[in-house]
Amino acid sequence: MTDKIFSPKKVGERLRQLRLAAQRRGYHLNPDQEHTEDLVASLLVNTQRYGYPSCPCRLAGGTRSEDRDIICPCDYRDQDLAEYGCCYCALYVSEEIARGEQEAQAIPERRGN
Amino acid sequence: MNIVQVEGKGSSDIFLYTLSTCVWCKKTKRWLERKRLAYRYVDVDLEQLEEKETVMEELRRWNPKGSFPTIVIDNRDCIVGFKPERFKEVFR
Repeated sequence: MTDKIFSPKKVGERLRQLRLAAQRRGYHLNPDQEHTEDLVASLLVNTQRYGYPSCPCRLAGGTRSEDRDIICPCDYRDQDLAEYGCCYCALYVSEEIARGEQEAQAIPERRGN
Repeated sequence: MNIVQVEGKGSSDIFLYTLSTCVWCKKTKRWLERKRLAYRYVDVDLEQLEEKETVMEELRRWNPKGSFPTIVIDNRDCIVGFKPERFKEVFR
């Protein structure tokens, strides 16, 4: 199946929903708009492909049971936020990064440790 | 395996294992393109199931975690992840 290209409007809508949900739970999304929109578009692609929003930066096995730990927000988010200031794909970031005081960087993979 | 060749300069053979959805993989490709370096890549998530397993076996020989991007240089060295500071040292 060919991946659908999601419109900027659809991506923007999903991003607003995610931002609101994050705020309600005391989390912050990456303020880098290009990075975040790219991730949200990929989450929409993965939802279409697999039926759930698996982490865009990890290879999904394709079944919910195999991928349970990497469905966004992944099981490793909180540990990665505490240790590195962002999750593996850097959708969720620390308050310092959200305020623009630091920049999110690629971090090591915790899955499988 | 569907390998994509990106034209450019440079004497190193640069091969990337990537995911089409991965932001760090896209940043790595853009970094190499800004430097006008030639490279090849495979988007593992777009491979057929059987081929995907074969590619992952190959990738894990370089990077046992099987994470993305994994960059193999001259079939000898390997960089795991989007690491621009390391790229600057290696791709001078």
